[in-house]
Amino acid sequence: MERKIRVLIAKPGLDGHDRGAKLIARALRDAGMEVIYTGLRQTPQMITTAALQEDVDVVGLSILSGAHMTLVPRVVESLKEAGLGDVAVFVGGIIPEEDWPALQEMGVRAVYGPGTTTTQVIDDVRRLVSGQAEA
Amino acid sequence: MRGTVDVQAVLAGDRRALARALTEVENDSPAGREALDALFPHSGKAHLVGVTGSPGAGKSSLVNQMTRLLRNPEAGEAKKVAIVAVDPSSPFTGGAILGDRIRMRDITDDPGVFIRSMASRGHLGGIARTTSALVRVLDAAGFDLILIETVGAGQSEVDIARLAHTTIVVEAPGMGDDIQAIKAGILEIADILVVNKADHPLADNTLRALSASLEFARPGQVAAIDRFHHKELAFSQVQLDQTTNEFENEHWTPPVLKTVSTEGVGIEKVVEAIEKHAAFLRTHNQWNIRDAARLQEELNELLMAAFAAEWRKQVEQSRIEAVLGEMLERKLSPQSAALKLLSA
Repeated sequence: MERKIRVLIAKPGLDGHDRGAKLIARALRDAGMEVIYTGLRQTPQMITTAALQEDVDVVGLSILSGAHMTLVPRVVESLKEAGLGDVAVFVGGIIPEEDWPALQEMGVRAVYGPGTTTTQVIDDVRRLVSGQAEA
Repeated sequence: MRGTVDVQAVLAGDRRALARALTEVENDSPAGREALDALFPHSGKAHLVGVTGSPGAGKSSLVNQMTRLLRNPEAGEAKKVAIVAVDPSSPFTGGAILGDRIRMRDITDDPGVFIRSMASRGHLGGIARTTSALVRVLDAAGFDLILIETVGAGQSEVDIARLAHTTIVVEAPGMGDDIQAIKAGILEIADILVVNKADHPLADNTLRALSASLEFARPGQVAAIDRFHHKELAFSQVQLDQTTNEFENEHWTPPVLKTVSTEGVGIEKVVEAIEKHAAFLRTHNQWNIRDAARLQEELNELLMAAFAAEWRKQVEQSRIEAVLGEMLERKLSPQSAALKLLSA
């Protein structure tokens, strides 16, 4: 059996709009990946537990509330504490471009704003996972 | 590191090592097979409980509520619970959305609970080909009770009854008339029947239809070793000393229970029934009988696959293509073609 790419798509924080998260989940599914979808209002701890138990290669966070500069570092820290520092994290949603460098500084591998094509996300996820395999 | 399994860490309760082991076993990698061999002697202790039923009947919500109760019992010790939740893979892309965790958020942070989602990866029958192997790893890792949630099942996805000690079939009201309730298949495998969404006006109709159907003879009550007698085995059924059934005439009568799992109503009755059924299996020697039936079935499937792979190595591709060509021209029926290929 070939190894399947496993991706966790999670929505940390309190905003209740999951259309974007579902769209990305669906696109990754159609690209042949196994997507664990955890739903709304996840704490950093819940995201880390899910990433660990599901042994995912990649975690995608969807944030539309504007709280990304608070939530993302907590998720990244929590993953590191659990020994999951090698799991690639990407963030999508309403993220002003001036925040992108800071997020990448924290260890986020890719940031996606409105207008991103699903093809780009799929290609990036595949590249991130093949990079892990080589590392 | 990917591609390796730390068996000692799995046995010691390390969650990360367990998650990695499950991945290797699910992918049927060499490391996964090695780990299964090493973990097998440590398995066989957990109570395996299957939860099946049609899509949207409320399986995940029920699993969530049952787990909450098993973790916080009114009396006795809390059980360590593992959950394996299966969702379907796309037949076209092989991808999957695994969404069962959405309904399990109450139990995500509990250190005594381990949830693993898996895709069916092309296997029919309600579970994946490697579900039983994953369950075995969790069993060896020391979980007391393992809940196995099938894909949303229709009428014939009955593989779960072969894997689990106790099978719960979840029905939602308004899903059909009383003829549906006497059809062969999924209802026959129930050790416990749950009518979920019991606050629905049609719930009592469903309850009556299911209860009435149970008054008919149930083939599922036959000793487990004969339960799947219609399936052809590569070898004849072996009767072992451990699996003689001196209680042939004593039957378990499946209870029909009402729940509203989103509200947590009726859950304690379901958990009670699970425990009663486990006790019944143990006192009536059914525990061993089901275990033996499961292992025989598994050996059978592995033998079939091994025979097929062995044969495939010996036969030349050109012969297969020639026979296929004759079939396409309608000169040879599929039955005769198979026989022709088998005769050297």
